[in-house]
Amino acid sequence: MRLGPFLGLAAVILFFTLLSDSPANYLSMRNFRIVSAQTVIVALGAIGMTMIIVSGGIDLSVGSVIALTGVVTATTLRAGWSPLPALVAGVVIGGLVGVVNGLVVTRLKVLPFIATLGMLGIARGVAKWLADQQTVNVPDTWVNELAVTFPDPAWLLVAPGVWVALLLAVVAALVLGNTVFGRRVFAIGSNEAAARACGVATDRLKVWIYGLAGLLFGLSGVMQMSRLRQGDPTVAIGSELDVIAAVVIGGGSLSGGEGSILGSMIGALIMAFLRNGSQQMGWPTFVQEIMIGVIIVLAVAADGLRRSRATQ
Amino acid sequence: MLTLSGIKKRFGPTVALDGVALELRPGRVHALIGENGAGKTTLMNIAVGALVPDAGTMSLQGDRYAPASPLDARRAGVALIHQELSLCSHLTVAENILMGQEPTRRGLLDWDQCRRRAADVLEQFHHAELRPDRRVGDLPIAARQVVEICRAIVSNASVVLMDEPTSSLPRADVDRLFAMVRRLRSHGVSSVYISHFLEELREVAEDFTVLRDGRSVLSGELASTTDAELIAAMVGRSVEDVFPRRDRAAPGDVLLEVEHVAAPPAVSDASFAVRRGEVLGIAGLVGAGRTEMLRVLVGLDRAAAGRVRVRGAEIRTGAARPWEVLARGIGFLSEDRTHEGLTLRLSVADNITCTRYGSCARYGWIARSEQARQAEQQMRALGVRARGPAQPVRTLSGGNQQKVALARLRHQSADIWLLDEPTKGIDIGSKVQIYEAIGEAASEGKGIVMVSSYLPELFGMCDRLAVMSRGRLSPVRPIAEWTPERVLEAAIGS
Repeated sequence: MRLGPFLGLAAVILFFTLLSDSPANYLSMRNFRIVSAQTVIVALGAIGMTMIIVSGGIDLSVGSVIALTGVVTATTLRAGWSPLPALVAGVVIGGLVGVVNGLVVTRLKVLPFIATLGMLGIARGVAKWLADQQTVNVPDTWVNELAVTFPDPAWLLVAPGVWVALLLAVVAALVLGNTVFGRRVFAIGSNEAAARACGVATDRLKVWIYGLAGLLFGLSGVMQMSRLRQGDPTVAIGSELDVIAAVVIGGGSLSGGEGSILGSMIGALIMAFLRNGSQQMGWPTFVQEIMIGVIIVLAVAADGLRRSRATQ
Repeated sequence: MLTLSGIKKRFGPTVALDGVALELRPGRVHALIGENGAGKTTLMNIAVGALVPDAGTMSLQGDRYAPASPLDARRAGVALIHQELSLCSHLTVAENILMGQEPTRRGLLDWDQCRRRAADVLEQFHHAELRPDRRVGDLPIAARQVVEICRAIVSNASVVLMDEPTSSLPRADVDRLFAMVRRLRSHGVSSVYISHFLEELREVAEDFTVLRDGRSVLSGELASTTDAELIAAMVGRSVEDVFPRRDRAAPGDVLLEVEHVAAPPAVSDASFAVRRGEVLGIAGLVGAGRTEMLRVLVGLDRAAAGRVRVRGAEIRTGAARPWEVLARGIGFLSEDRTHEGLTLRLSVADNITCTRYGSCARYGWIARSEQARQAEQQMRALGVRARGPAQPVRTLSGGNQQKVALARLRHQSADIWLLDEPTKGIDIGSKVQIYEAIGEAASEGKGIVMVSSYLPELFGMCDRLAVMSRGRLSPVRPIAEWTPERVLEAAIGS
């Protein structure tokens, strides 16, 4: 694990603490609750995206899948399903979309960039169709409380969704580091031909990777719905780029073989703290956009420099 | 041990194998010889289950053997070591060795057993210093080769197939590899060994089979067969003299002068001059700084000191501007054909004409028919085997690719040719054609600098020779004053 992302996070927090009129407020538990609740959606997506990027792939359909699965959970809730099945429905639909992506990549031999670019359009369209081009209001259930800023009961400290994301991040890190599946994800990202020559069923593995990541994107969609307290088919446009940015800031390489869950989580937090900080400063959103853009480029450039020094 | 008979395989209209027989005897090393495109790699891919033959039978220790996948073949005890290194550089040595058969305990990867099994194999082959936890990306090339071989034998393979394992290795590592092959043999493992280097094959193999145009044309024991017989079987004609005879007329004016060029750390001091009509050879070990010196002369890297003059006019060596250097009539053939020498996805015609598009373009608009005509002219001159000038270079065999790379220098009408390993890893037929083209260029009054690690070709082609050792270039002497032993002595720098 490299120090870069941690230093970046520390720098962002320090920056806003120094700028803030009331540092105590900025560093308060209350503000941390706000940031963590805001991070859940990107963080869950980044767990799935880390697997995909480590394996040498990419998924551009995340934003659309978040909208679609949010709509699915909202529609089923409205139709009278009890909360748990409705939540599972959203997650499973996310997984199915991932499996379809994986099959298109492996069976139809379409590059992941293109396959998921297609899915970006398809999933968004289906979400609008399903929702009849409107937002879907949902009855008041515990699903709506998953990503709230102030959880009930208060001893949870942060939203239940934050705990879920944390737990899943730990599980995903263990799976990537300590299971045959996880090491093979690294292997095909590092050298797919070699992995295949060693008897790794690379095509099946990819379908699994996109499918598992899809489940996480589905859960991310449920969290999105929970925050809005309605299913909105036009939500999360461009979220995939936030998710990819989190992975890349955290040390993931788009050419595969590199990346870590911890790094991606830090990457997601860096962006969340930046947004939160500039909101508190009352800066217009374009400032955040410029700063996040600069950070992505600097993070990757710094990583590249470090690497070329290491090889000399 | 492993017997192949009547193996046939076609890819669309191309017949890759048209009846191949090979008998690998227990505990022997079998050399598989043939020009590029003769079908050696296809045959190995069939033996290891990566391809399914159209016809023919295989048997392993008397039983029918028809692997459906590389995993199948490994289970049966047949392993292939690939032509290109096929390791995952982000993973550890242990993970690479056990890839595809990772031990698990309760669903989790069993790291202890993983390390232990990897360490066992490494120790068995006297490479205990290669720790299983090292990241493969941090290892030198030679050590990676060891990892690759250990992967092949960790599954207790009884047959190991090696497809040109030495093409990227310096000599010292080749010796280490051979020691390993012999150790495998002493453990009762049989190997098939593919290489272009006959000298190398004689060191390590006992039996041989020659492939030509997808057929097995000759097999037997190496000890009772001469090089001439092998070459004749490979090319289908007897190569009387591999190197062209040319009139070594008195060399003309000085074309290129290099004075005390230095580019640390690789090059510390190099001086020489090349005249019209001569071939100057540069020998040395891999890593001695020969490639780096050429790169400085072409302007790909900066020089820290020294002067370079082309036809008396100085060029700026501190600036690294290859386009300026090329415009002065210097042509460069890179040793790295696939990454630097050619743009593989582009057509033969584009590759040949790209340094002098001006010859077939007006106001930036390329006249395709004129470009094709000029490319075809060069293709004929060098005997490039391709469907036509529009064929992507990627789909040509290595030898033909190299001819295209050399054709670019001819088309450029460069006066000075800087050639880096011009015949690296290509078949004898293509080598002969490239030697002829070099000889012809010299007779036409070009000045040629040829870096090579293959001594017979330096002695066969060069008028004068210098040896590079740890960044220093020896004085240039006429070829008659050198012997292979002296070259080696100078290269080692004793």
